[in-house]
Amino acid sequence: MIELEGLVRRYGEREALSDVSLSLHAGQTLVVFGPNGAGKTTLLRILSTLLRPHSGGVTVLGYSLPDEAWAVRGRVGLLGHEPLLYRELTARENLRFHARLHGVGEERVEELLAAVALTDRADEPLKTLSRGMVQRAAVARATLHDPELLLLDEPRANLDPAARELVEPLIGPGTDPARPRTRVISSHDPAGGLAEADLVLGLRGGVPVLLSEAADVSRAQIAELYR
Amino acid sequence: MSAASTDEPVQPAASPEQAPIAPQARGPGMWATVAALLRKELLVELRTLESVPGMSLFAVTTFVVFHFALNQNTVSGDEAAGILWVTLLFAAMLGVNRLFVADQDQGGFDAFLLAPVDRTAMLLAKALALFAYLAVLELIAVPAFGLLLLAPPLSQTLPDLLLVLVLADIGIAAIGTLVAALAVQTRARDLLGPLLALPLLVPVVIGAARASSPLLVLAHPAGVGGPPIRWLATLALYDLVFGLIAYAVFDFLLED
Repeated sequence: MIELEGLVRRYGEREALSDVSLSLHAGQTLVVFGPNGAGKTTLLRILSTLLRPHSGGVTVLGYSLPDEAWAVRGRVGLLGHEPLLYRELTARENLRFHARLHGVGEERVEELLAAVALTDRADEPLKTLSRGMVQRAAVARATLHDPELLLLDEPRANLDPAARELVEPLIGPGTDPARPRTRVISSHDPAGGLAEADLVLGLRGGVPVLLSEAADVSRAQIAELYR
Repeated sequence: MSAASTDEPVQPAASPEQAPIAPQARGPGMWATVAALLRKELLVELRTLESVPGMSLFAVTTFVVFHFALNQNTVSGDEAAGILWVTLLFAAMLGVNRLFVADQDQGGFDAFLLAPVDRTAMLLAKALALFAYLAVLELIAVPAFGLLLLAPPLSQTLPDLLLVLVLADIGIAAIGTLVAALAVQTRARDLLGPLLALPLLVPVVIGAARASSPLLVLAHPAGVGGPPIRWLATLALYDLVFGLIAYAVFDFLLED
């Protein structure tokens, strides 16, 4: 599903990611820990095809990036820090716009608005909604096309416990064995992150300092990343 | 390194079987994508009123200023054409500068790049949106120009002038979209946009002014002449060249 071999990405002179190598299979969840500026978001953006790797091999869904990025688009759902929604448009208008871009029917929009409990506020401009509501709309946007690979950058930020439960079926590990949901999640929550991880990657200053199966990682090791 | 070496990729022992690779996602066709983008573009403009009202107000205000600054009630010929096209050009720049701002600031670029669609659709949708903004601008600005400054009656010149307006608008839309996509990715976008666009748009202004000048003379006999074919052809050729350049390079402007 995802193969990284010596991945390097720079911003000017600074290396945002240095020599990252890992392998993630379909249906597995990789949780990436690390302090701010560690390279978590950069990794997610490379996997989503929005950023190019500067060296090293990146294979996503069996396709090599960046050369075959066209084949990956539309099969990945990215939920980042920004909701990627227009503030002046309503939640329904935003989701319908994204549905058209992904060739998804409008019934899916209504299904997702109901799933994230936004039907009642769906016709209000996004700028009038709370941050939690916007995050729920963003979850709906990222999962609108039922992507095979979910890239989630602190997906539960701004969500209260009830909202977390609401979005869980959309961004959780999935229950359909015929369609395994593969996830890469950026997190600052050691307990929550370890609970849902199959594989753990710890980054510090773009350097992978921890890479292991989740069962072999302790919370103390995660906490060490932030010191 | 805390737990495992990163020299070798980790292969978890209890991994599920590799799922078969699904075929690539199928997005909508080119024109459906253009329609979706254009609809969104016009909806955002209707809600924010950030571009067209500003462009129109600028143009009308400029004509009022010319009316008093020139200390004459009417202008015609080259003078009229120059005032009309320079004003329309600067008014258009306001729209060009705003064209991609919402996409850049609110993540619209990223959302579009994640979709399985032809990227040229964004060029077409943005150029069509800018063309629409220019059309609305001219619906307001040209009558205002006729009222405030123009010597010959507008009804005499309008049919021929329409053709010049359409050809110039196509050029402004193509060049404006290209430049706006480039400028919006920089911090100095408000400065860079006009700096890049104005030199490229000077030929459009020259062509449009020369083509419309004979239409704006007081003694223009109705039904005789019309806009010079040479300048109309120049405008059309310039539109074609920049349309093709925009088509060729637009994808690269969206790339990381």
